[in-house]
Amino acid sequence: MHLYVHIPFCRQACHYCDFHFSTQTGQKREMTGMIAREIALRSGYLPGTELQTLYLGGGTPSLLDEAELVLLLETARTHFSLKPNAEITLEANPDDLDPTKLRELARAGINRLSIGIQSFNDAHLKYLHRVHSGPEAECCVKQAQDAGISNISIDLIYAIPAPDHQVLREDLERALALRVSHISAYCLTIEPQTVFGNWLHKKKIEPIDDDFAAEQFELLVSQLAQHGYEQYEISNFARDGQYSQHNTAYWQRRSYLGVGPSAHSYDGASRQYNVSHNAQYLRALQRHEVPATREVLSRTDQVNEYLLTGLRTKWGCRLDLLAELSEGGFLRSQNQTLFRLFEKGWLQIINDTLLLTEAGKLFADRVASELFLDSESGLIN
Amino acid sequence: MKNIRNFCIIAHIDHGKSTLADRLLEFTKTVTHREMQAQLLDDMDLERERGITIKSHAIQMDYLLDGEQYTLNLIDTPGHVDFSYEVSRSIAACEGALLLVDAAQGIEAQTISNLYLAINHDLVIIPVLNKIDLPGAMPEEVKDQIVDLIGCDREEIIHASGKEGIGIEEILYAIVHRVPAPKGDPDAPLQALIFDSVFNSYRGIEVIFRIKNGSVRKGDRVKFMATGKEYFADEIGTLRLQKQPKEVVECGDVGYLISGIKVAREVKVGDTFTHIHRPSPTMIRGFEEVKPMVFAGIYPVETSEYEDLRDAMEKLQLNDAALVWEPETSAALGFGFRCGFLGMLHMEIVQERLEREFDMTVITTVPSVQFNVINSKGELMRVSAPSEMPDPNFIGSIEEPFINAQIISKSEYVGAIMTLCMDKRGMLKNQIYLTADRVELQFSMPLAEVVFDFFDRLKTISRGYASLDYELSGYQESDMVKLDIMLNGDRVDALSAIVHRTKAYEWGKKLCEKLRELIPRQMFEIAIQAAIGQKVIARETVKAMRKDVLAKCYGGDISRKRKLLDKQKKGKKRMRQVGNVEIPQEAFMAVLKIN
Repeated sequence: MHLYVHIPFCRQACHYCDFHFSTQTGQKREMTGMIAREIALRSGYLPGTELQTLYLGGGTPSLLDEAELVLLLETARTHFSLKPNAEITLEANPDDLDPTKLRELARAGINRLSIGIQSFNDAHLKYLHRVHSGPEAECCVKQAQDAGISNISIDLIYAIPAPDHQVLREDLERALALRVSHISAYCLTIEPQTVFGNWLHKKKIEPIDDDFAAEQFELLVSQLAQHGYEQYEISNFARDGQYSQHNTAYWQRRSYLGVGPSAHSYDGASRQYNVSHNAQYLRALQRHEVPATREVLSRTDQVNEYLLTGLRTKWGCRLDLLAELSEGGFLRSQNQTLFRLFEKGWLQIINDTLLLTEAGKLFADRVASELFLDSESGLIN
Repeated sequence: MKNIRNFCIIAHIDHGKSTLADRLLEFTKTVTHREMQAQLLDDMDLERERGITIKSHAIQMDYLLDGEQYTLNLIDTPGHVDFSYEVSRSIAACEGALLLVDAAQGIEAQTISNLYLAINHDLVIIPVLNKIDLPGAMPEEVKDQIVDLIGCDREEIIHASGKEGIGIEEILYAIVHRVPAPKGDPDAPLQALIFDSVFNSYRGIEVIFRIKNGSVRKGDRVKFMATGKEYFADEIGTLRLQKQPKEVVECGDVGYLISGIKVAREVKVGDTFTHIHRPSPTMIRGFEEVKPMVFAGIYPVETSEYEDLRDAMEKLQLNDAALVWEPETSAALGFGFRCGFLGMLHMEIVQERLEREFDMTVITTVPSVQFNVINSKGELMRVSAPSEMPDPNFIGSIEEPFINAQIISKSEYVGAIMTLCMDKRGMLKNQIYLTADRVELQFSMPLAEVVFDFFDRLKTISRGYASLDYELSGYQESDMVKLDIMLNGDRVDALSAIVHRTKAYEWGKKLCEKLRELIPRQMFEIAIQAAIGQKVIARETVKAMRKDVLAKCYGGDISRKRKLLDKQKKGKKRMRQVGNVEIPQEAFMAVLKIN
């Protein structure tokens, strides 16, 4: 099984980010204690006790001090057993990572870092409202490697408005030079509840240009492929099979427990999501209650979620599993849609598995939603 | 008859008519406080929310004064320009009117036009200065306005506050002593003026009337003179909080009649009913057929809901005699209805009632007025929809309806109002200063321009101060053109509009821009063009979609994303197709909000 721990604090808000976090870090210690309590309370959530992966995300988990980090990891070790060589990832911002910090992380057992670099270009970093600079970003990766953490992923953001693709080319060049094992590259997306969302609403900025974003995506995919990075998910690239095991679990319908404010859990039949509000979360945990909402997934939901996540990956969606989840209904009802998508050149079948073509990757959501079973059709439920 | 008083209240929206009516009912013990809902006379939710009495009602009160028992009939009047004919019929049923003016806001256009109606019908006017308890009240200034307007003495103006119950007794005293008793011959053949009707789902239409001459008994056979239809008076009576059945309603009184009439259309406001056996030779003067002024298509959002919509429209028509419709088809929207409304408010009310009472979401097309088109053979055609407009080659000339608009505002907004009216092709006819800072402007304007967002804009530029009234003045020749919208060369009939040539370019440009925002990218480029005949006057392009994929999809994103895509898929299903282009419903709605 898999454990996700959400650390809901950030030093400052990035203009694009709509994840749950607070910049009021005064409650960090109390929060850590309560998250540890939630781990204990929910240790029986899933049948097994062996953790294959543990992921500290956020927010900014690199804001945790050593004691807080140790508390969380020790609590996890108390209530679960960690599989030998279990992947233990921590999301970090470059500005938090100095050699001392990196040694602490390694000591605590962190064996994979996901570093939020986003760009090496200072103007772009400023536009995104990031704290760090380009040189800091490069430096911290090297220091992490020196500290013995070899499994490093970096996050990049593309489609940041620019007159041409020059900055992206430079970003890619500098990222490739670091020889990290893994790169996640996200298209800049303007979410409503963010500074960018607000600016868009007030027409202070233009929406992200589709053509520009598509060109950058193609540039990125080809560059990374040339340098040995395999695109194993729409936005994720790995060298030598060093996939994110934790994230892959999400895409392959494996169950996971998520703790902390706003964290989601999945037990194979339902999803639970914790309240996205630090104070409410703390109040509930003080009463030893978990403030979660539960959503039971219908068979249609299960099929649709599998399409949504599976098609984005190199493992695609297995027809036998789709048939099983839909009690045979999927192929019966979606036969024509499948053929239309094959004809468009967006979808293919290889070894009884539905896979996106290269062209189809740009339309992954559309392909998935066209294949969605109709939740009102009454075909299955 | 000498102890009957029939009166109405003339007031602008929000000047406190309903509250004052409540107080009168309480004071005369017609209702107890406990029975009193917040606003008794407005019993439709919609009316209460809008603060507008849409359908008029009447209520009877008993009042003992100086040892005499009086019967007071309060006849309620609608307060919006769409319903001015109904107001005139209510006024025709009265001998007196309370002129209710908000002491903080002063006289408004609607008040003045209704006041003139009342004066023309020789009603005695009792001026009442309402809301005198408000901190912003300017009693002396507003009194000046009232004196100027009706030429009364300052002392005749009653100070009142419906909210605080001030002046109620004085008003009742004035009604008894100043309003004359009805005149009429109790022995003459029956003449009863129908001034309203109410739909009752169990008993059919209740006809509300005022007897001018003669009297009516339960069981009498009566004839509605304008429609020629005959009925039995199954039940007659007077209107209290509940209906009070009676054996007879006498000359001069106000009452109701139930005779199993199912459809509102059979009851025409302003009609006269009389006895079959001893009929009156004449009708009460002033009857008019109510004619729709504004026309628009109404379509179900889901094409499969056409039959449900037809059902709903039929039911609406049972108690909305002014609503007319006939089936219509649009290439873009499928099956729907061409509807005629009294005005824009009426149109909005119909739309809202469809939503609230029948749970029907509808698409409304561009509203249009009725044009007189003289074709090249010299024949007259009535055109109230763009689709009916003949090809430009076959048009000799086009006439459009004009109105006389009366706008009253604070003088500081005169400049802005003039600019707005000029922009709406208005011609200033007159400018009268009512007081130093209150001015009345009279314009001649095309009705088509008022139909569209005029009222909202007037309110905006005058910070809510300006009020509007208008009446139809006739038809004038105008240079109108039919503006079409094309998507990749295919005309979208539901987006066509008939506009003045000088406005066509701006209209076309704005609409194309709006559509560019609302039509989602598709797998091919979409050309949006506005055209008059074959001539394209504006163009926008929706570029082909290049990508449709979200950046992130992790543990916490999955369920949100599934719902998002599910919603998108459902939205796509509801889109309408013209040629190969899919159009979301919002695009059809956008035309209504083009400015």
